[in-house]
Amino acid sequence: MLSTLPVKALGLTLCLALLLATTLASIALGQTAMSFATVINALFNYDASQIEHIIVRANRLNRAVLAALVGSSLAIAGTLMQAMTRNGLASPSLLGINAGALFFVAMAFTFFSLTRLQDYIYIAFFGAAVAGLLVYSLGMTGAAARAPVSIVLAGAAITALFLAFTQGLLILNRESLEGILYWLGGSVAGKPLDSVIPFLPFYGIAIVGTALLVRQINLMMLDDDVARSLGQRVVLTRMALGVVIILLAGGAVALAGMIGFIGLIIPHLARGLFGRDHRWVLPSAAMLGASLLLGADTLSRFIVPPQEVPVGALTALVGTPVFIAIARKRSPTL
Amino acid sequence: MTTHYLFRSRAEALALAIHRQSFRRCLVMVAVTLGLLLVYLCLGSTRIPPMDVIATLVSPDTSDHRFVIQTLRLPRALLALLVGAGLGVSGALLQQIVRNPLASPDIIGISDGAALGAVLFLAWFAGTVSLTWLPPVAIASAALTATIIYALAWKPGGTTAVAPIRLVLVGIALAAALKAVATLVLVMSPLSTTVQAYIWLTGTVYGAQWQDVTRLLPWTLTLIPVAMLAARALTLLGMNDEQSRGLGLAVGRYRLLLLACSVGLAGSAVAFAGGMAFVGLMAPHLARRYTGQTSTGLILGAGLTGACLVLLADLLGRVAFLPQDLPAGIFVSGVGAPFFIYLLYRRRA
Repeated sequence: MLSTLPVKALGLTLCLALLLATTLASIALGQTAMSFATVINALFNYDASQIEHIIVRANRLNRAVLAALVGSSLAIAGTLMQAMTRNGLASPSLLGINAGALFFVAMAFTFFSLTRLQDYIYIAFFGAAVAGLLVYSLGMTGAAARAPVSIVLAGAAITALFLAFTQGLLILNRESLEGILYWLGGSVAGKPLDSVIPFLPFYGIAIVGTALLVRQINLMMLDDDVARSLGQRVVLTRMALGVVIILLAGGAVALAGMIGFIGLIIPHLARGLFGRDHRWVLPSAAMLGASLLLGADTLSRFIVPPQEVPVGALTALVGTPVFIAIARKRSPTL
Repeated sequence: MTTHYLFRSRAEALALAIHRQSFRRCLVMVAVTLGLLLVYLCLGSTRIPPMDVIATLVSPDTSDHRFVIQTLRLPRALLALLVGAGLGVSGALLQQIVRNPLASPDIIGISDGAALGAVLFLAWFAGTVSLTWLPPVAIASAALTATIIYALAWKPGGTTAVAPIRLVLVGIALAAALKAVATLVLVMSPLSTTVQAYIWLTGTVYGAQWQDVTRLLPWTLTLIPVAMLAARALTLLGMNDEQSRGLGLAVGRYRLLLLACSVGLAGSAVAFAGGMAFVGLMAPHLARRYTGQTSTGLILGAGLTGACLVLLADLLGRVAFLPQDLPAGIFVSGVGAPFFIYLLYRRRA
């Protein structure tokens, strides 16, 4: 763990460097590999007659931006969820929030034929909120709160519920199956750059909200009673954090479908590096989450070329060993 | 022990005790199942009066309905019953082994393992290799998944090498990864196999044939009795490990044996009917209402309840949206998922 201030600052700078490196790699690497200079030229000195510049502008850049946004959203959401539940297994995908958002979007897709992001981003928020409330009330209240495994089971149940409903929907309406299946696997490819614009205001609100709440989050890691005696309004903080989590996780699903495990792994990594002070943990988690998804997305272009693998499957494969390692520890509490 | 029916072998190596009252209630349940079976055979796109159905079953050669009953509906109904019974017993065993009433083969990843094996098979070999190999592939991959879960939950030292909570958590993690891989395979395969595989993942007994029934039957008929004979241990496994050991139980060995039964039953059921989520979860809970906690009765009851659930779901799938024939899995999860939430809700109080 990095302990002194200069070392922590250096650590954060390294996270930033990693983010930049993965962004550049994501733009430069693919079926058409291009040099670093070409990438810089395409970004800052655009020439529409060069095919490589067109690829960067039309295909790679939007993908990198989307991956960075989604990765950082999921990582922040996961960090906040783990702090809020004091449970190292909490994350948007495991606790059913992704599945809830997915089901409601699938419903909008089949019944109301909404296909534009600005239409269904609100539906994704709503779905994330429904699932989040269900899991929270089932796993974190009453006697269940004492056993950290309760919320994980509740999450698995809610995930199963919404996935089963989604399956039912897709079978009743087979024409939409093809359109939505790729999305079920999670992907940041093939969306124009301006499709992220509807999400940006919510992303901004969530980031500002997180920044304002960071002191409360640190106290939240302690016992509820301790936090209360230090003058915290625990319920109010929880509700505010809940809204932030829903905006980030719901938005991520609306943009890129089911991408799991980033919200689980990254918080552990960030806390491993920076300890329990969320003034350091949260920004590093955001950058590391973005880097992870950028890296995974770049990798997904090389597994079975020329086809691309849905990146959600890759993050799941990376994430499972980490989850199992956490589960094998004596207790999953933080 | 006048409250129980007892069956013992000469050397008392094998013993079976069942509570009299729960045995009687299970008999009632058998009658209910048979009644449901009769209704199932009557209803459909052509309705057949009950007396004609019975006449067809007694003397098939002289009946006009021979094709509909003998070839279409009866094998499908029997397959639904066997699949439901297998999943129900599998869930009952698992809940007792991991001492958690929320465990079931589909939540801790065993069904997902079987499903992934089958999806891989459908995507890569469907054109070239006979479909008769699908069940063994699914059973083998369920067993492989269970072995991996067991091995990863294994941690030497302490009082228990395989703690139930660790088993559940590792299972949930693995289930998520297996689902992701199954989706990956679906996305990468051509659309014709995608739809086929997707429907199969939801759970269906559509198009069941007699050979499916005869292939599944040996699994169900061996594994359920083995589980019932080991049921003595099952009651003790529900306590904590120190208590069970103090009462003279080889905890690890019995846990492994019963886990193997559970995996075999779940794997074989998934092989013939696909996903069919929540049956393994719901059936034991419903059965406990009328059999109580005694293990032998619980196994019997869970099997019967599971069988009824799948039969009823398939009946709904066949007749509710005529002329469409919907997968039974949709109806099972439509009921099962809210039921799971109810269970979670009740537990928190």
